[in-house]
Amino acid sequence: MNGAPRWTAVALRLRPPPVAIAILFAALAGGALVLVSGQDPLQAYAEIVKGSLSRDSLPDTLNWATPLVGMTLAAALPLRGGMVNLGGDGQLVIGGLIGALLPLVLPGPGALVSIVALGAAALGAGLYAMLAAWGETRHGIPMLISSLLLSYPAVGVTSYLARFPFRDVATGLPQTPMIPEAARLYTLSGPLNAGSLLIVAIAAAAIFVDRRTVVGYELRMRGKNLRFAGYGGVRLDRQAMRTMFASGAIAGLVGAIVVLGSQFRFIDDALLSPSYTWSGLMAALLVGGEPAGAILSALFFSALQTGGFAMQRETSVPRVLTLVLQAIVILFLAMRQGVGRRAS
Amino acid sequence: MSGIFTPFLFQSAVQAISPILLASLAGVLCGRVGVFNLALEGQMLVGAFAAIVGGYFSHSALGGVAAAMAGAVAFSLVLAYGATVFRGDPVVIGIGMNLLASGLTAYLLRVIFGVSGTFSDPGIVGLGRIAIPPLIGVPILGWAFGRQSVLTWAAFALTAVVSVVLFKTPLGLRLRGVGEQADAAETLGIDVARYRVGTVLVAGALTGLAGGQLALGAVSVFAEDMSAGRGWIAVVAVMLGRNNPLYAAAACVLFGFADALSINLQSEGLPNQLTDISPYVATLAALVITHRRRTRVLLPPAEVAAATPGETATTQRAVH
Repeated sequence: MNGAPRWTAVALRLRPPPVAIAILFAALAGGALVLVSGQDPLQAYAEIVKGSLSRDSLPDTLNWATPLVGMTLAAALPLRGGMVNLGGDGQLVIGGLIGALLPLVLPGPGALVSIVALGAAALGAGLYAMLAAWGETRHGIPMLISSLLLSYPAVGVTSYLARFPFRDVATGLPQTPMIPEAARLYTLSGPLNAGSLLIVAIAAAAIFVDRRTVVGYELRMRGKNLRFAGYGGVRLDRQAMRTMFASGAIAGLVGAIVVLGSQFRFIDDALLSPSYTWSGLMAALLVGGEPAGAILSALFFSALQTGGFAMQRETSVPRVLTLVLQAIVILFLAMRQGVGRRAS
Repeated sequence: MSGIFTPFLFQSAVQAISPILLASLAGVLCGRVGVFNLALEGQMLVGAFAAIVGGYFSHSALGGVAAAMAGAVAFSLVLAYGATVFRGDPVVIGIGMNLLASGLTAYLLRVIFGVSGTFSDPGIVGLGRIAIPPLIGVPILGWAFGRQSVLTWAAFALTAVVSVVLFKTPLGLRLRGVGEQADAAETLGIDVARYRVGTVLVAGALTGLAGGQLALGAVSVFAEDMSAGRGWIAVVAVMLGRNNPLYAAAACVLFGFADALSINLQSEGLPNQLTDISPYVATLAALVITHRRRTRVLLPPAEVAAATPGETATTQRAVH
């Protein structure tokens, strides 16, 4: 009895990080779900680990991580300033379509064409994302909802363009013609290409801007206290526009990287079906938009999802289980952080 | 023009309105007690899946609807406790719940029925449309309500019920008090947390009905992510209606007609990729139009002042 208070003190000092508890909780809850459906959870988890981190599967995980880390950064940037960009899907397909169409019409050396295509994709998607910020600062339309609503027309129109005016009639599938080989992104090894390096560079830039520049400081200040940032002289409306432009530009770049680096054409729905946008948003929410943490959680989610394919192959557990696990981690953290907030 | 405004348009519009209307009533209730509900999309999806499971095993539409409500209420516990007792951020919880619903229903679809994508079975009894013969001949009203499912009528009836309860009863006064001035309500002896949890769960039952209408209304089928943005449109309807059930219903009518019109345009030969976006475009247009005149109604005044430094600058200039 006497030792009880001391033990609580020790337990408090040794308190494990909340993310670890959340992952453990999700693993237990997901395991229960697998158990109820008549499968062996330990075997399922073992297959996830083997299928994502073994020597053979690591390149696949990194390849999956390229767009996911990109979309995570696209989501993390606005989150850092207390804004939410739910329109990643629309920005992704706009970038993808621009990246797929420009190389078909642009003359000149391939490397230059791919750089122009990447730049145009980032510009187009960035401007589209900025529309949502403009709606909020000019007309008071909440960005949370307008960014998402803008996504549906973008997805519909790009899908139409890929299916009708720009369809590759030779294949009969809903996709645009192949991009000339010269304009494709340089292959590093296996499935990895120059696009992965570009994402690494953007990730490094995001961390640098967040930690070492005035822009990053002002954005963090906005996230902590909007009114204080405004009082401190931050031009909030311009900041919102700029942040959303950057967020959309990264999303558009991711679309163009996938198109120019691995699919070599815009295939309808191919950019959306892996749901990079939502996984990226979850990875960013996990750490409140802090870039370094967001990148780590994106890598974790990439491993989880790549391992999910192996799990589905080897056992009969469906790989959507990994989406359930991610959602449980987010919900657990959202509530647990709330508990801490009340206590303080 | 006469080719567009056919009885079929009214019937399909009302059919499109009902799930969105039920979900937006749920959003209105949550908003009134101060819980921002972004999870409508996921709640509806869980409701739709539970409706199919219930309908499959009970071989009755009633069993399906009961299961839809039970499933959605159980799922709503996450929001009910997460956003109140645990004080989580409702935006994060909403997004998390929508993804959980998407993953969980897809997982259970594979585990329970062994299929992916869509599932339908002749054993599932749908709600079916019930005809009211004397009403059918009446223009507009009869076209709209003459042949509909029970849940469609229920959606419109519940709009009236929610309005009356919110604005004409002591219970409604307490609910609104909890949302507007929680501290004041607390001093009057109202258990704020209990009212919030209870309201979110009742709202969950409404989203269950919305899911039931979606899965068992026109055709008895479940498809992955079949709520397809309707929950988000309901969220917008709640915003446009400023938490008033009648205004929210008006917004839902607009979306329903846009949706029905898109089906018409499709039969005129337009590709469905373009017509499918019409409800979202209508929603955006409605947001722009309503905010052009009454700018910034959605943010509390203090936040508006902070979010628009230009205006503060003008005020300062006026002072000098």
